[in-house]
Amino acid sequence: MERKVNQKAWFLVLPVVLIVCFSALIPLMTVVNYAFQDTFGGNEFFWAGLVWFEDILNSSRFHDALWRQFLFSGLILLIEIPLGVVVALSMPRRGLGVPICLVLMALPLLIPWNVVGTIWQIFGRVDIGLLGWAVNSLGISYNYTTDPLSAWVTVVLMDVWHWTSLVVLLAYAGLRSIPEAYYQAARIDGASRWAVFRHIQLPKIRRVLVIAILLRFMDSFMIYTEPFVVTGGGPGSATSFLSVDLVKIAIGQFDLGRAAAMSIIYFLIILALSWVFYTVMTAKRRDDMEVGQ
Amino acid sequence: MELNLQWMAWTWQTGLFFVGIFLGLVAMSLWQQVSPTVERVGILGIVTTRGDRFFISLLGSAYIHVIWIGFVDLDLLWASALSIAYAIAVFRWV
Repeated sequence: MERKVNQKAWFLVLPVVLIVCFSALIPLMTVVNYAFQDTFGGNEFFWAGLVWFEDILNSSRFHDALWRQFLFSGLILLIEIPLGVVVALSMPRRGLGVPICLVLMALPLLIPWNVVGTIWQIFGRVDIGLLGWAVNSLGISYNYTTDPLSAWVTVVLMDVWHWTSLVVLLAYAGLRSIPEAYYQAARIDGASRWAVFRHIQLPKIRRVLVIAILLRFMDSFMIYTEPFVVTGGGPGSATSFLSVDLVKIAIGQFDLGRAAAMSIIYFLIILALSWVFYTVMTAKRRDDMEVGQ
Repeated sequence: MELNLQWMAWTWQTGLFFVGIFLGLVAMSLWQQVSPTVERVGILGIVTTRGDRFFISLLGSAYIHVIWIGFVDLDLLWASALSIAYAIAVFRWV
C-alpha cells in the first residue's frame, strides 16, 4: 500500500520562513550586493568587482583581527568549559542549595551585554574600580586603557564571569540526568572519584558539553558589545576583534564595500565552523542511536 | 504599489548568482521528489544526504573562490572550474 504524505504541513513553517527571509536572508543578499560595489552615499553604487575581497584578504589589519578572534575564543573555551564542569560537579544535588545555586548561576546570564561591559569598565578602573585599584595596590601594574595585556585580561575575565554559568547550567542538567544506579554500581566496584567522573559523568554529559562548546564558540566569535564598551577595541587595536573592526570599517569609515566583503568572509568562517560542530553533534547522536538499537 | 529594490543595490552579476543558488535548490528539491536521497557514509566518515553534499559543495566552492581571489594570480574562471570538479568529487565520494 502506498503511503500518503501530507504536504500541507509545509504551510505551517511559512511564518518562520518569512521571518528568516526578512531578518537574515534579504540583509545577507544586500551585503553580497554591497561587497562588489563602492558608494559615497546618496544610495549611489559603482561596480568595483573583486577589489574589496582582494583588499581584505591581503590586509594585515584583517589577519590580526582574525588571529585575535581565534585567540580570544580559544582562551575563553579553555577556561569556561573546565571551570563550568568543576562548578557543576560542586553544586548540591538536592536540598535548598539547589535553587539558590541555580538562581546565582542564572544571574549573570540575565544581565544585558552593554550593562556587563559598563560594570567591568568601572570595576577595572584604577581610580575608582575595585579590581583596578586592588590589583595596583598589590604592586601589579594594571590599566586596561593603556596596557594591552591588562585589556585582554579584563575582556577575558568579563566573558568568563558572564558566560561560565551557561556551561555550569548545561553541565548540571547533564549530571542530573544520570541515574543513581550508575553511582551505586561505581561505589560497589570501589571506583575512585576520578574514575566516576572519567567513566560515568563525562561520557554522560559529553553531548551537552559539545552544545556548550558550540554555543560559547559561536557567541565568542561574534562578540562585540562587551569589548566595545570596555576597551573600544583598544589600547591601539589590541582588543579589536572581527566584529569590532567590522563596525569601525562600516560605520566609522563608511566603507560599505570593504565591510561587506569582510562580512562575507567572516560569515563563511562561521558557517564552516558551525557545520563542523553540527556534524560532530549529530554524529555522536547517531552513534548513540545505533548503540541504543 | 511599487516595489523599490534600489536599497538592495542589485547588479545583474549578483542577481545571476542568487538565481543560480535558487535554481540549484529547486533542482535539488525536484530531484528529491523524483528519487528520494539515501544516507551514506563517504570518505569523510560522516553520514551525508544529497542535500548535505550540495551544501558541502557550495561551501567548499565559496572557500576555493575566496582563496583564489586572495592568494592566486590566475583567472577566477580556473577557480570556478576547480569548484565544479570539487562538487563532482563531493557528490561521488563524500
